[in-house]
Amino acid sequence: MFELLGVPPQALFGQLLLGLINGAFYAMLSLGLAVIFGLLNVINFIHGAQYMLGAFAAWGLANYLGLGYWWALLIAPIAVGLSGMAIERLLLRRLYSVDHLYGLLLTFGIATIIEGVFRQRFGSSGQAFSIPAELAGGHNLGFMFLPNYRAWVVGVSLTVCLATWFLIERTRLGSTLRAATENARLVQAFGINVPRMILLTYGFGVALAALAGVMAAPIYQLSPLMGTNLIVVVFAVVVIGGMGSILGSVVTGFGLGVIEGFTKVFYPEASNTVIFVIMAIVLLIKPAGLFGQTR
Amino acid sequence: MNKIAFAAALLLAVLAPYAVYPVFLMSALCFAIFACAFNLLIGYVGLLSFGHAAYFGFASYVTAVAVKRWGFEPLLGILLGAGAAGLLGLVFGALAIRRQGIYFAMITLALSQMVFFYALQAKWTGGEDGIQAVPRRALFGLFDLTGETAMYYFVLAIFLLALALIYRTIHSPFGQVLKAIRENEARAISLGYEVDRYKLLAFVLSAAIAGLGGGTKALVTHIASLTDVQWQMSGEVVLMTLVGGMGTVLGPAVGAFVIVMMQNYLATTGEWVLVIQGVIFVVTVLAFRRGIVGEAIARWHLYRSRRALRAARAAAPGPADAPPSAAPPG
Repeated sequence: MFELLGVPPQALFGQLLLGLINGAFYAMLSLGLAVIFGLLNVINFIHGAQYMLGAFAAWGLANYLGLGYWWALLIAPIAVGLSGMAIERLLLRRLYSVDHLYGLLLTFGIATIIEGVFRQRFGSSGQAFSIPAELAGGHNLGFMFLPNYRAWVVGVSLTVCLATWFLIERTRLGSTLRAATENARLVQAFGINVPRMILLTYGFGVALAALAGVMAAPIYQLSPLMGTNLIVVVFAVVVIGGMGSILGSVVTGFGLGVIEGFTKVFYPEASNTVIFVIMAIVLLIKPAGLFGQTR
Repeated sequence: MNKIAFAAALLLAVLAPYAVYPVFLMSALCFAIFACAFNLLIGYVGLLSFGHAAYFGFASYVTAVAVKRWGFEPLLGILLGAGAAGLLGLVFGALAIRRQGIYFAMITLALSQMVFFYALQAKWTGGEDGIQAVPRRALFGLFDLTGETAMYYFVLAIFLLALALIYRTIHSPFGQVLKAIRENEARAISLGYEVDRYKLLAFVLSAAIAGLGGGTKALVTHIASLTDVQWQMSGEVVLMTLVGGMGTVLGPAVGAFVIVMMQNYLATTGEWVLVIQGVIFVVTVLAFRRGIVGEAIARWHLYRSRRALRAARAAAPGPADAPPSAAPPG
């Protein structure tokens, strides 16, 4: 078998695929963060915990109610999204009039509570969640083996991201949303219920995180800590991409996932830190982020 | 009044090791240094660094190596740790101040995570094990610090030094400019201040003082480990500062004592400590944003102004209280 850049192609494409999967999650999570930030001006620190909640909701539905993966895909985002809306309505809303940093601190506190409860209940060890039968197995593409579930994850993530882009950039609802992002007061003066819009937007962003969590449940270690470490990387992704554009965060998410995959092949020691290094470089060259506008 | 309170607090601090377990006091003091350093940024420049554990933890590694492997004298080891943290702060600060507000918080967090992974993988930090059995040695080669009481006074001295440094900084012209940046950055720029240089200097100072706390902690607890570079530690220092009172000189120290005490009491309850810390976070942010010391100061001012007003009224009815006079104007 031939070699590419001194690495067997199976290993290379295998890592590339893993990178693409990680990228799918980065894209979905940073998309949710960007949508929320656009309207609320709050960085949702609970995002990682909500992703974890989505995964545990899938696990709970399967273990306690006997509902499988497909039900979880529907129920978990709705349930977690609703819980997010409750948080917005009862807590976050009180802080819009003070410095935005307090919003960050509040969400950090809530994330700590959620994680603490789950760590108390489940410890730090992982739970098992199997790939649904319909998506088991895989295809041999000649140069590599492609598990069906992984192809599904990338496909769903792309679809969700594109749908969100379409919703926000191409529909009437989206144009109202973008207008409210620019100037919420003016939009409210036109008779649009902005607080309700904020509520729904937050719920939507949270549901995206939970959906990512359900999709992650079969392939990643299902543990209370799964969101914590991911969210810091996603923050770096957001800084690199800038939160100005939807497509920007999707492209950045997938791109960084792939770069991380490549790093695992060629210089594994740096695979944990490569995204942070890229962030530092981007900050030096284009502080607003690759797709961001300064504001 | 302030002087009496300060003297009383000092006396209390000097006598404390005879009443309270010194190791607890010392670790609380280390966190107090850490929180005061963090407060220099959030309270006086308005910069929320969410990765301050990087400087605290990195310094504790450097101090541990210097004292244990290179045989450094303890104070020199701690200063070396603080210097290393300051250098790290120079690099990270230069990157982070390129963005404002929430981005600043995210960038500092991400950069600190880089330090965490470095500490996890590098050989000299001992990975998961950390650096254990760090000796305390003798101060200047003369005063043995192995005993807890001797070590306590050494730590207390370092804390007072750090506090004095911070107090001098915020009450200097430099500190005035920092506060101006906090209040209105655009205005400070338009007045001709090179805001970025002020921010960077404050950042370096804060990182170095955080390192002072971290290095001291390595000697107090005999260990430098991943716990101190984790980003959860960055969250804890935010909590301490918030609970004690952001933007007050002593608030963060009070907050550090409260949180460390709580962690000690709840150490046996497992992860509930996390939950309770989260609840305190939420409640403080929603309803108690001034913190313990901030609230006390506000109450004191309110009391004083009311008393002054009442005294003024009792002495001579002011024009506001006087019945409207019927005298024609002019």
